[in-house]
Amino acid sequence: MWRFIGWRFAQSIPVILAVITITFFLVRLAPGGPFSSEKAVSPQVQAALEAQYNLDQSMPQQYISYLADLARGDFGPSFKFPGRSVNELIFSGLPITAELGFYAMLVAVFIGGLAGVIASLKPNTMQDYGPMGLAMVGICMPSFLLGPLLVLVFGIWLDWLPVSGWGSSSGDKILPSITLGAMYAGYIARLSRSGMLEVMSQDYLRTARAKGLPEYLVITKHALRGGLLPVITYLGPAFAGLLSGSFVVETVFQIPGLGRFYVQAAFNRDYTMILGTTTFLATLIIFFNLLSDVLAAWLNPRLRYQFKKKT
Amino acid sequence: MKSLLEVDNLAVHFHTRNGLVKAVDGISFKVEAGETTAIIGESGSGKSVACYSLLGLIPKPPGKIESGSALFDGKDLLKLSERELRKVRGKGISIIFQDPMTSLNPFLKVGTQLIEPLQLHFGMGKKEAWAKATSVLEEVGIKNADKRMDSWPFEFSGGMRQRVVIAMALITEPKIIIADEPTTALDVTVQAQILKLLKDLQEKRQIGVLFISHDLSVVADIADDIVVMKDGKFVEQGSRDDIFERPQHDYTKKLLNAVPTAQKPPSESSAKPLLVVNHLCTQFSSNTPGEIIKAVQDVSFTIERNEVVGLVGESGSGKSTLGRSIMRLVRPHSGSVLFDGREMTEIEGKNLKDMRRRMQMIFQDPYASLNPRMSVYDTLAEPILLHKIANKKGLDKEVFRLMDSVGLARESVLRYPHEFSGGQRQRIAIGRAISTKPEFIVADEPVSALDVTIQAQILDLLLDLVSEFDLTMLFISHDLGVVRYLADRILVMNEGQLVESGTTDAVLNNPQQLYTQTLLQAIPGKSLVQNSQELS
Repeated sequence: MWRFIGWRFAQSIPVILAVITITFFLVRLAPGGPFSSEKAVSPQVQAALEAQYNLDQSMPQQYISYLADLARGDFGPSFKFPGRSVNELIFSGLPITAELGFYAMLVAVFIGGLAGVIASLKPNTMQDYGPMGLAMVGICMPSFLLGPLLVLVFGIWLDWLPVSGWGSSSGDKILPSITLGAMYAGYIARLSRSGMLEVMSQDYLRTARAKGLPEYLVITKHALRGGLLPVITYLGPAFAGLLSGSFVVETVFQIPGLGRFYVQAAFNRDYTMILGTTTFLATLIIFFNLLSDVLAAWLNPRLRYQFKKKT
Repeated sequence: MKSLLEVDNLAVHFHTRNGLVKAVDGISFKVEAGETTAIIGESGSGKSVACYSLLGLIPKPPGKIESGSALFDGKDLLKLSERELRKVRGKGISIIFQDPMTSLNPFLKVGTQLIEPLQLHFGMGKKEAWAKATSVLEEVGIKNADKRMDSWPFEFSGGMRQRVVIAMALITEPKIIIADEPTTALDVTVQAQILKLLKDLQEKRQIGVLFISHDLSVVADIADDIVVMKDGKFVEQGSRDDIFERPQHDYTKKLLNAVPTAQKPPSESSAKPLLVVNHLCTQFSSNTPGEIIKAVQDVSFTIERNEVVGLVGESGSGKSTLGRSIMRLVRPHSGSVLFDGREMTEIEGKNLKDMRRRMQMIFQDPYASLNPRMSVYDTLAEPILLHKIANKKGLDKEVFRLMDSVGLARESVLRYPHEFSGGQRQRIAIGRAISTKPEFIVADEPVSALDVTIQAQILDLLLDLVSEFDLTMLFISHDLGVVRYLADRILVMNEGQLVESGTTDAVLNNPQQLYTQTLLQAIPGKSLVQNSQELS
């Protein structure tokens, strides 16, 4: 088991390195720079600024010194927020984004999972088409449309919930979580439906029924475990996607999370900030993928057994 | 005395989109305590549906019980509510399913699955149920039962899993067990053990067994009473002796005749062998690094021209790998294969292609081995063009000639594999194999996926082709009855090694090795063979 995890960690290092390298050169290839603006700056000031942030060095030199800083866990200073480091900025936005991601995940897993299981129990009836149609809407509807729609209905017409903010008034976390989780709920509903349908046709469910088990036990005890396995494998990528995809929702609902820094950094050509957030998110994505692989292996007794034998 | 179960005029119909399917249409039978009632019929004859519908285990809709009664314990099963039926399932009547590899839940430990019926029907506590289950597991012949309770299903072999399934069926001490082809998925020696186990337990506990099977040889050994079904309809019913010795109905006679019991007369062999296999070894690396699976170990034998050699052994004995090694579909590790004087293990490229023309293979599963997107014409034409057997102009004629040889109607030339039955598909596969005019054919279990009457037709077709085209054949099978029917000589394999070889007569009637003797002992239907030998 540990050898497997160690091996997967080792495999991820070159991936992260490639992400850093490509991002590093791409942002520098893009026209404009952190200090180019409409207002003309005197050449002396420009030169002094570039010298302070090492921008006067050659690209390979900049690259190597950036990697050296990174190896010490330092993402460097932000170009646009003077005096603040990228580390600081990331860790000020991360808790909020993580919280939003966590709630959105709960929405996705519970609503999506439940809808999928309910649909799978009576395939090709209204009980199936209803939830699955909703899931399709959830997948197709972009969050920049769903968010304002929810705000319009629940925030303005019905006036049940606040329209923006995070943690400043009660209930303001509900709409953003639903908006962000809706698409993933749709995916999870479809995954759990097909997973359950596959398991429902297995011989061992017939065995369970032949024992005289009532239907609810057949489903909860015998079918769920195998049927929801595909969902588990999806959770890791989904959570990473939630974190990195939250910027639209954060913008719509005025939430001071990681995503907003990310978007601003891209507009501002804040080189270190773009690099820092990209690297950080890439690492998260890889980590959550690894986590869900390990979890899926742990839930499948056959794989678990093989791991045990090897280590 | 009153019967345990009395089924009268049962009819089950399926209302599907493609119309009404009368899966079971007026079937009656009885099950007595301590006796075995067998329902036989080919696949699709409705025998499983008939038994499952008694316990409400068919999908409803589309299935619907149209008429009939099934008296068990003074109640009509067909009229019980789902709630009442659940009390019968697993308690009064248990089922042993066909495939032990899929009928256990892979995500739950064996013990957890075994104690379920006890907790459910008798409200036993976990500890008490666990102890009882352990003792039943011991009773069905599983060693270290207390440890094995804690194992996962995949840690058991097929035969052992079927023992677990039997234990699960027996644990509530039911009055009736429905055994749905319980040994079809198992090797012949394991089959013999499982059948004996069932028989012993049945006698000990006076259980009535309803035995569903397509295999007449198995039924001949264990049944007291037999019901023959065809296309959902009742054909004939009688005692074992009635059915096997005095069959009344044509269909029953046809089924009986289809069981290969005859033996091929020995043929004369020529001087120069066509195939010489010398010290052949083939190995694979397993999933566990560093571990090597020696599938074929130091095997040597020869095949003469125009000879049909049967290669028998249980699953995992390496017989398929040996066939594939000869064909160079897998690369042997060491040793040599001389085909008509040419070394097969080393040749490459064009030479290999030429040799492939001269040796062809027929695979086991005609459902999986034909390309579903190629019509019969495409399937047969491809090798003909590839090996330049005929040019574009003569192609149609050649394809039709092949279809005639294997008994396919010319009209079906543009159809796709899914439009054919299993037997017809195997005819296409055979046609494909002989399309290159080969001298040598490896047939890897070509009839084991087929019903018995179809099996007989395909075997006869193969024999006809052998004499018509002067073919030499290596016939791989786990079924000694089939091998006896068409082989001149027999090779017996066990765990990658050749344990015995000789003429069919010598190997079957005077086996030298212990393994061959066990294998022969295990064949079902010995009584059938004796009958037919007395007749001839």
